[in-house]
Amino acid sequence: MFKVTIDNKSIEVEPGTTILQAARMIGGDVVPPAMCYHSELKNSGGKCRTCMVKVAQGSAADPRPMPKLVASCRTEVMDGMVVENLTSPQVVDARKAVVEFLLLNHPLDCPVCDQAGECDLQNLSYENGSNETRFEEEKRTYEKIDIGDLIQFHPNRCILCYRCVYAADQLTDNRVHGILYRGEKSEISTFIHQAIENDFSGNMIDVCPVGALTDKTFRFKNRVWFLKPMDAHRSCTKCKGEATIWFRGDEVYRVTGRKDTYGEVHDFICNECRFEKKSSADWVIEGPRKIASYSVINQNHYKNVVIPSVINPIKETME
Amino acid sequence: MERKIILENIEVEGIRSLEVYRKNGGYTSIEKALKTMTPDDIVAEVKTSGLRGRGGAGFPTGMKWSFIDKKSGNPRYLVCNADESEPGTFKDRYLLMNIPHRLIEGMICSAYALGSNKAYIYVRGEFKTIIGILNEAIKESYKAGLLGKNILGSGYDLDLHVHSGAGAYICGEETALIESLEGKRGNPRLKPPFPAIKGLYGCPTVVNNVETLANIGWIVNNGGEEYAKIGIGRSTGTKLISACGNINNPGVYEIEMGLPVEEFIYSDKYCGGVKGGKELKAVIPGGSSVPILPKNLILKTAEGQPRLMSYESLSEGGFITGSMLGSGGFIVYDEDACIVRNTYNFSRFYHHESCGQCSPCREGTSWMESVLHRIENGEGKMKDIDLLVSIASKIEGNTICPLGDAAAWPVGAAIRHFRSEFEFHVENPEIVKNVKHGSLEKYKEVPVTTGE
Repeated sequence: MFKVTIDNKSIEVEPGTTILQAARMIGGDVVPPAMCYHSELKNSGGKCRTCMVKVAQGSAADPRPMPKLVASCRTEVMDGMVVENLTSPQVVDARKAVVEFLLLNHPLDCPVCDQAGECDLQNLSYENGSNETRFEEEKRTYEKIDIGDLIQFHPNRCILCYRCVYAADQLTDNRVHGILYRGEKSEISTFIHQAIENDFSGNMIDVCPVGALTDKTFRFKNRVWFLKPMDAHRSCTKCKGEATIWFRGDEVYRVTGRKDTYGEVHDFICNECRFEKKSSADWVIEGPRKIASYSVINQNHYKNVVIPSVINPIKETME
Repeated sequence: MERKIILENIEVEGIRSLEVYRKNGGYTSIEKALKTMTPDDIVAEVKTSGLRGRGGAGFPTGMKWSFIDKKSGNPRYLVCNADESEPGTFKDRYLLMNIPHRLIEGMICSAYALGSNKAYIYVRGEFKTIIGILNEAIKESYKAGLLGKNILGSGYDLDLHVHSGAGAYICGEETALIESLEGKRGNPRLKPPFPAIKGLYGCPTVVNNVETLANIGWIVNNGGEEYAKIGIGRSTGTKLISACGNINNPGVYEIEMGLPVEEFIYSDKYCGGVKGGKELKAVIPGGSSVPILPKNLILKTAEGQPRLMSYESLSEGGFITGSMLGSGGFIVYDEDACIVRNTYNFSRFYHHESCGQCSPCREGTSWMESVLHRIENGEGKMKDIDLLVSIASKIEGNTICPLGDAAAWPVGAAIRHFRSEFEFHVENPEIVKNVKHGSLEKYKEVPVTTGE
């Protein structure tokens, strides 16, 4: 076991654990935010640079600090490593810079964006961003790209985290999804704008940290903070069938994978569960989804939560 | 201090062909290496020689070689980085064009030293002619038994392939190069793991610059100790410098490290002075990525010592008063050069060449370009200058690969040393809009009325 200290808190972890994973084991403020890393997607991470931390001591054997800030999501811990996250002004500064870079061309259209309220970039900029911009140029805009009937792709909002590319690549059979062009002109695209038709394509919506990929069957129907997420399952031949279903009143507005505290889905769901099963009769309700207390989704919802034991738990908890 | 190692016999007619090259002492090192030396001997010689990577970073080659993972049992690869695309650098092109066998000879020795049976030359896609020349040279070498199975009867096999890039500066970064060589999009990888452990096809790989490998033959023939005698201090050997800009004799020169910069610029053997008898304004000593230095700092260090052409001397004073030897792209600016326009031009290049993988570089390079474009076109504000410094400092060190640094350094340095010129652009938008080329500094004394 390797001992690693992050912001003066120590933990022992298995060799091969990354700094970010170790920080998540400790929990709380020591956890660096991450936009492009997704623990279920191989090779993801390292790109957005939001999770960068300072390694003040490389290891017990070689105590030299690392010369540059490192991406915590892709750097493995060494025994005796000392990491600084919020305790390092350099890290805080660099993170501020990254937020500024990510927001340069990101449209501030949160009021009309379906992702608002569950957007990683919103959270990140709320915590680390500045409330004014130094960017005077025109924002980069794209023509809309059609990628099928189920998923809306809004390239203007894309922060090029590559998560959907990895999801499409790793969850689906035929790779039809990738990056076109280079540098600032890079864009996510399907192969010659083909529709993505695959049983698991809907997961690209869940892995998207921003509102670039949204659910066409849910678009503009409701704001997430008016909805009430419930964990539910059904027997499904294609996937595990474990999902979160989002109610307003008795009506199911959308179905998503179960996102953890860090916005990551660990059991990907199939398109049938996601897009076709939009009635509470399709699902066995387990109970309200645990949402972090600071989340806007939580506002006014869970004041008097009771574990549902009656036939129609939704009605009761909503009231 | 003329000393030729790489460009030895370059003037001999037909040296491009194997026959002439061999007649002039070429390929003797192969015989020596394969028949009298063990791979470890060669690595030891290269270590003794103090040879440092000529691609820009100046990392000791012998040390890089010793990192290669020999225990894994995976095949090992040697890759030659001939993706020379830095603005201002054209030394490898000259070498490959004129004396391709120098590289092949060096590669055979190096591959043998690394225990590699497959080597690649990754050539910049725009070098169409060179790809032909290299393929021709390799064909000749195969025919002569210098490549292929059982080289010169030694039992050592080596296959050498030429791979053409597709026009991306980023593929000169070693891990992007490896990705590209594997047939993927040329995005740099996250390090660690370094190529010496996991490189091409996940196998241990060494990526070296053309010029670095071209030195190996000489080192094998004459020994590392002899090589270490050439040069100055830790900058051993010779260096190819591609001189360009406002000078009388632009071209590629092989110099012994330690040559004073002043002599290099003004001697008729090299640059031959500033063109048209004009005053020297600034020099970028190592390709567009390294900081620009004004006349007083390029000829002498801040301490008043003469500045020499060596890794140490050029970087003396850090980035405050120094620069870097980099890849040896020596760009000279005369008194009429406009530093703002030049910086804008470089910024445009890095914006265009950023791979777009990580956010500081993707967004920052385009932002810097647009701010510089504004200033250059007379639409800048005073606070834009500090904004540029701030953006540059936020890209630097925060990216996956060194392209972000390379994009940030020239901007930071130009403002550090020529801030008044940026301020002039902001204060005199009318002049700036109407005079596109040349130094605007001179207009400070004689105000120009522009048309109506």
